[in-house]
Amino acid sequence: MSDLLVNNFTIKVGNVNGTGSASANALLMKIIFRMGVPVVGKNIFPSNIQGLPTWYEIRVTEKGYRGRSGDIDLMVAMNPESYKRDLAELSPGGILLYDDTWPRPHFLTRTDITVIGVPLARMCNAAFKVARSRILMKNVAYVGAVAALLDLDLDIIHTLLREMFASKPKLIDLNLQAIALGYDYAKENFGDVSKFKVKARDLTKGKVMMDGNTTAGLGCVYGGATFGAWYPITPSTSLMDAFVKYCKQLRINPDTGKHKYCIIQAEDELAAAGMIIGAAWNGARCFTPTSGPGISLMSEFIGFAYYTEIPMVLFDIQRTGPSTGMPTRTQQCDIQLCAYASHGDTAHILLFPADPSECFDMAVNALDLAERFQTPVFVLSDIDIGMNDWMIDELSWDDNYVPDRGKILLPEDLEGMEKFHRYLDTDGDHIPYRTLPGTDPKGAYFTRGSGHNKFGGYTEDGAEYKEVVDRLVMKWASAADKLPAPVVRKAKKPTKNAIISIGSCDGAVIEARDKLGADGVYLNYMRVRGFPFSSEVEAFIAEHDQVFVIEQNRDAQLRGLLLEHTNTPREKLVPLLHYSGEPLDYKFVRGALSEALKIRKSA
Amino acid sequence: MTSFTKPLIRRRNEPTNELGLVRADYDGAMSTLCAGCGHDAVTASMARAFFELSIEPHRAVKVSGIGCSSKTTAYFLRESHGINTVHGRMPSVATGAIAANHELTYIGVSGDGDSLSIGLGQFVHAMRRNVNMLYMLENNGVYGLTKGQFSAAADMGSTAKKGAVNELPPIDPVSLALAVGATFVARAFSGDREQLVPLIKAGLKHKGFGLIDVISPCVSFNDHKGSTKSYEHTYKYYNPAVHADYVPPSKQIKAAYDAGDIMPIELHDGGQITLRKLENGYDPRDRAAAVNKLFESGQSNEIITGLLYIDEDHKDMHEMARMEDRPLNEIPYAELNPGAAKLKELQKGFR
Repeated sequence: MSDLLVNNFTIKVGNVNGTGSASANALLMKIIFRMGVPVVGKNIFPSNIQGLPTWYEIRVTEKGYRGRSGDIDLMVAMNPESYKRDLAELSPGGILLYDDTWPRPHFLTRTDITVIGVPLARMCNAAFKVARSRILMKNVAYVGAVAALLDLDLDIIHTLLREMFASKPKLIDLNLQAIALGYDYAKENFGDVSKFKVKARDLTKGKVMMDGNTTAGLGCVYGGATFGAWYPITPSTSLMDAFVKYCKQLRINPDTGKHKYCIIQAEDELAAAGMIIGAAWNGARCFTPTSGPGISLMSEFIGFAYYTEIPMVLFDIQRTGPSTGMPTRTQQCDIQLCAYASHGDTAHILLFPADPSECFDMAVNALDLAERFQTPVFVLSDIDIGMNDWMIDELSWDDNYVPDRGKILLPEDLEGMEKFHRYLDTDGDHIPYRTLPGTDPKGAYFTRGSGHNKFGGYTEDGAEYKEVVDRLVMKWASAADKLPAPVVRKAKKPTKNAIISIGSCDGAVIEARDKLGADGVYLNYMRVRGFPFSSEVEAFIAEHDQVFVIEQNRDAQLRGLLLEHTNTPREKLVPLLHYSGEPLDYKFVRGALSEALKIRKSA
Repeated sequence: MTSFTKPLIRRRNEPTNELGLVRADYDGAMSTLCAGCGHDAVTASMARAFFELSIEPHRAVKVSGIGCSSKTTAYFLRESHGINTVHGRMPSVATGAIAANHELTYIGVSGDGDSLSIGLGQFVHAMRRNVNMLYMLENNGVYGLTKGQFSAAADMGSTAKKGAVNELPPIDPVSLALAVGATFVARAFSGDREQLVPLIKAGLKHKGFGLIDVISPCVSFNDHKGSTKSYEHTYKYYNPAVHADYVPPSKQIKAAYDAGDIMPIELHDGGQITLRKLENGYDPRDRAAAVNKLFESGQSNEIITGLLYIDEDHKDMHEMARMEDRPLNEIPYAELNPGAAKLKELQKGFR
């Protein structure tokens, strides 16, 4: 048996949504994780509740890579609707497992793969009485069959099932029985077929499997947010679900049942934006989770918060656009929308997390930055980060953390002042002081989205107007060095070629770069984590002859921002774009880079 | 010059309120509205109501959207925080602000364009949530700042200044409020300060969403013959049906009222709203009766005013959200931080 096939392959399950496939897939992935072997899970699901094709990819990767491999080695084809496509997608040498209760001879058209038929439906129909159980258990049974093929640890499976159904003990036996059905049949009939194996390791210690919406919601709790407003939209809903869950656990006074938080499901995204502006203006830390269409709707309010200098934290869990687009498919397509959201001259602070761990940290950063700079701050996650379970280092917290509430004047500060003016740059750092309603008569001021001067008064005077908006752009620019710094990976040997990338591209970029490095192609790599860009970004570009900008959208939006905000000739930044809606895989990146380098060399 | 500071004029022997403040202490910047605008009378009534209630100006918050009416939040209570938001979206900003600190007194000022067209959705949802605020809808049936287009409050058959006839049915904010759960619903007229000031006081003291739909004529674009929101038309069909007043906890009901006509409603602060019925058999605690009365008065072109409906027992947003009494913005971070050990424990479920 080749070692290459141990702990290094990808399973894909094609199923019908609404049949319990999600929990079966989660179970399969967790078994491998518990065996100490790193895994990557990618859910490719329809915008639908029941009945449409859905896929789940589980990559087993001893090296701990975080992107997709671009190969499928074991296909579990549970959905006749997608059989044709699933068969075609399997890599040569791969195994296709399907439910042969209804035999499909056409699977035998490919001679470069192995086809395994397991009568899942027949076995489940015989074993279980209730119709719904038969459907659900069929999925658990395939986990059993896969476990037999890959040599998964049965003890771990049993422990996991007991944990998963601790509150519904009746289901434990049912699930154990279904696992046994699949496992025994596959062991008996196909015991030696699979060359792909999982061998226990010790590589997942100190790691957890979490999705970025959960960690972002948790980050909002730890960052001290007390208020959240939102309108349900895929794929951001689970962020608020997480905030609700943890607030219920951690923020309810057990004696009185009273809440130390307030969450409002707004009537639309416009109202959600207005609510967090109102709450922030009044001194509560708060946020709203949304996706691209929500940002479009919130844009007027975002401009209001920018001009009136009210803190605002927005999570944009990006999905494919334009318009409704493909709501359950991933992209990085809102970079420019968020950078300049709203009419008039505006520019905003953006943070780009690359994994759920950074979603947690950047949620806290965003709450601090919004209050420090009194302006909207966007955290640009996406479906891949937000809704897939990632293996990350266990989250940690510094108990010495103190929230940065920014420049707020308290009654004792106002006491010594002759008069308070809202928009005066008294410290020369472009950031004025604000006061909170209800605290002191001296602090009263009138907030207006109409033209105002540095004193906060209404104005239609051009010079007074310019004074304020000129300060705003300087304030924005001054945030560059206060954002999470770019992450730079230098190649083993000096090179004039480099990559700049962003967010969830990271896993695939790192792996492609490793593979190219092994072939003697060297590239330095910078992952930007904030906008406005720090001076390091321009310096990095200047150090190289050509820089490949890898991102997940059609229009090279990150490249556009780089051209706009650094002094770089256009031809130096080469766009490499992936925008099919599926998470990026390293083969695509490696292929695109090889192609581009070849063209460049021959030109 | 694009804004005006109103001079502070002190008079001798000026009456003071319980805080020792005079009425002028509740003024704001100079109004920039047209001479004779109904809104300026409403502004004066709001300032007087705050003065008479002895509310510390800095403990009040003014919120508004966009339009002539929304500009007026700058013209009273200069020592209060005010926020002039975006068009039709004042209710959401107010909702967020009130969630952050429910202890302040919130007054929203809007118009019929701001509330019934662009902002209809937010207006309705704030009422559904029973957000604890008084919402002044200064209703003139017309868009003033853009010079005379019909608003959604314009009555069918009424005419614009240049003669165009409105053929669309109006949206009546009072009927709407009754339908979606507002707990204090009133109609008033900017020309009757005797009725308006006590009504504003009662609305400010009511716990929950209070709406006062104030007919407030636009002298520049909707005060002509053919308008149903003109001074002349309003005076002609005006029917003050239920007079409401606020009585603080310490004061007794004035003996001047005929005992049989007074209906006291207990408030959460221990005070009372006293209702003086001008018509027999009308009970403003009966929502169905209020709806009927409105319909009947509509049939006869009568403009029925006063406190038409009140429900003092319904939970407001703060109570529905089960928030603790202390405002969210006063909870120290130490109480909000679950700590590193807890984070470790929480992650056990993710292995």
